[in-house]
Amino acid sequence: MGQVLEIAVVRAYVGRRFIYMLLLLVMSSMLSFLIITLPPGDFLSHYLVGIGSQDAFYTEVELDAMRRAFGLDRPWFVQYAKWMGRLVLHGDMGRSFRYLRLVNEMIVERLPMTLVVSFMTMFVTYIVAIPIGIYSALRQYSLGDYAATFAGFIGASTPNFLIALVFMLYGYQLFGISVGGLWSPELGDAPWDWVKVVDLLKHLPVPLLVIGLSGTAWLIRTMRAMLLDELRKPYVQTARAKGLKEGKLLFKYPIRLALLPIVSTIGWSLPGIFSGATIVGIVLDLPTIGPLMFEALWGEDMFLASSCILITCTLTLIGTFISDLLLAWLDPRIRYD
Amino acid sequence: MESTAVPSDLLAPRRRLRAEEKLYVASQWRLMWLHFKRHKVAMIGLGVVSFMYLIALFHGFVAPFEKMTRLGSYVFMPPTPLHFYDGEKFSLRPFVYGVEQGLDPTRKFRVFQEDRSVKYPIRFFVHGDKYRLLGLFESDTHLFGVEEAGVASLLGTDSLGRDVFSRVIYGSAISLSIGLMGVIASFILGATLGGVSGYYGGAVDNIIQRVIEFLISVPTIPLWMALAAAVPIDWPATRIYFMITLILSLAGWCGLARIVRSKILELREQDFVMAARLSGSSSWQIITRHMLPSTMSYLIVHMTMAIPGMMLGETALSFLGLGLRRPVVSWGVMLYDTMNVAVVLSRPWIMWPAVFVVLFVLAFNFMGDGLRDAADPYKA
Repeated sequence: MGQVLEIAVVRAYVGRRFIYMLLLLVMSSMLSFLIITLPPGDFLSHYLVGIGSQDAFYTEVELDAMRRAFGLDRPWFVQYAKWMGRLVLHGDMGRSFRYLRLVNEMIVERLPMTLVVSFMTMFVTYIVAIPIGIYSALRQYSLGDYAATFAGFIGASTPNFLIALVFMLYGYQLFGISVGGLWSPELGDAPWDWVKVVDLLKHLPVPLLVIGLSGTAWLIRTMRAMLLDELRKPYVQTARAKGLKEGKLLFKYPIRLALLPIVSTIGWSLPGIFSGATIVGIVLDLPTIGPLMFEALWGEDMFLASSCILITCTLTLIGTFISDLLLAWLDPRIRYD
Repeated sequence: MESTAVPSDLLAPRRRLRAEEKLYVASQWRLMWLHFKRHKVAMIGLGVVSFMYLIALFHGFVAPFEKMTRLGSYVFMPPTPLHFYDGEKFSLRPFVYGVEQGLDPTRKFRVFQEDRSVKYPIRFFVHGDKYRLLGLFESDTHLFGVEEAGVASLLGTDSLGRDVFSRVIYGSAISLSIGLMGVIASFILGATLGGVSGYYGGAVDNIIQRVIEFLISVPTIPLWMALAAAVPIDWPATRIYFMITLILSLAGWCGLARIVRSKILELREQDFVMAARLSGSSSWQIITRHMLPSTMSYLIVHMTMAIPGMMLGETALSFLGLGLRRPVVSWGVMLYDTMNVAVVLSRPWIMWPAVFVVLFVLAFNFMGDGLRDAADPYKA
């Protein structure tokens, strides 16, 4: 009986979180669309200034006709409703004005690499930070701890786009590979084969390092603080007094307990990573969504820009949603309300 | 009715408190300061941060040139080295040599060489470009400089021959203040909305919490970029500055609002709040007079920690060309020039603003570490 009740409660909880997520998605899609249509002028005026042919080729009448064709003369909510309708019904995100291509195609081209870069960053951050954090806590005030703390501060204080810039400038001298992009230029359009994968693996470390640096620094400090808290608790002393071997004791209790909240809140690091990936992507010119969005924002290429923002938000929201469920599942103390 | 007798010890001369007693009656702020002082690295951080803010305040005086002054034909001149020793005798007063311009063998690039025949000692409190000190007093006295004929450009010059050091100093006024302004804006937003959310509860609370949840889950850089791109290019500089500040604070208030809300929820049940309500205080009065002051120290510390993030946000946006724009000078605007890799490789000194960005944020984070420990002086 209790079992059944609990399942119902969990189901209600998952359902509610899911509905929240959908609600947030709708909000973010509206926001992303509204922002793009806010500034005065529209894509056409930007475009004409860009090609410097304000009145050479188009008359005012022609421009108006084009605006009507693109639907740019309608108020933003009408445009939004149309865009959203197509997206929900046909999965169609519209067309990029500048490139005259389907937004779907452009995003699909860049989505896999965006995911690879973001999730690899997350993975590397955790793999690097957790052992260092544990070491720092176990050897508190040792030379290694000070070094880790100091390196952590430097990492947290240096904006990642600056590091990216420095790598861009001196990367070739330092590592002998062209920094920027995710593969060598000559492999740009080559089909995926072994050579390209190896090349990708050679290029990946720099973006991963740059994007993950501040997250790693922050995580080391959290891990250290959590483990220190745990180590001060009386049960550790009791276990020692009863003669439990140090290694076994540490890994069985304090480290596990300290790890739990860190691992289960993994989804909360997503906004930071996507944020970093965007700006680093622009500086390093990675084939990810960031640079695409940047260009689209500049040119008021609104369907493209809105779609990029929407995709980024969606990825984050889904990640956070999964992480919330994970947290609830791992930590029975979470109340399902 | 006869007045009650004044207790005699009230009239007695004030006794000096012993150190130990002082600790018992110390205010919360004093306890925080005592706690903070023990943290050496944090004290160094505090020193560096205060020094930088002081310079930012008196930027016109510290910078040897005005931010727009072009040093004649000295375009992309490398930093002028300071000397103490001229090969014969040592002087305590540093000096620079004259600068000789020429073309490189391919006759494409300007090259600069020291002209060892002329010496220009560095003088203090020299007269130079006019500026307004603190925006109020007109003055032309600068902290240091050399005679008219010489050039002392400590960090080199940029593409238009403007002194990088002077521009870094001028830029600090904008870069350092935007973090402060952004924090004040998000403080007002966060404290108000968090307070309302916690005090009233119900539907208002629900809506505010959902908005916060939304804003927290949106990656900040893309959001900032999108909002900043929406700021019209032809707006006056001050209005753009104001808008960028608002945009930066949009993401910043959420964390604060959550803290305020949870504190208010906790305080709402306290006896003194009940007492205030029974004696007829309005909700607004209870929130502002009784509830907010009791969480103030914590809030201020929390907000202080947000300053470097905002400053980095401005730097990132301006660097991308989406934030502040020329002719405004901020560290981010200066870094905009470094997007061109070829230019930077041969003139690495235009990267100097980046060094100041890192220095400031690093010092601030060290200070913040001590602040966080000191924020709750009653803890240990």
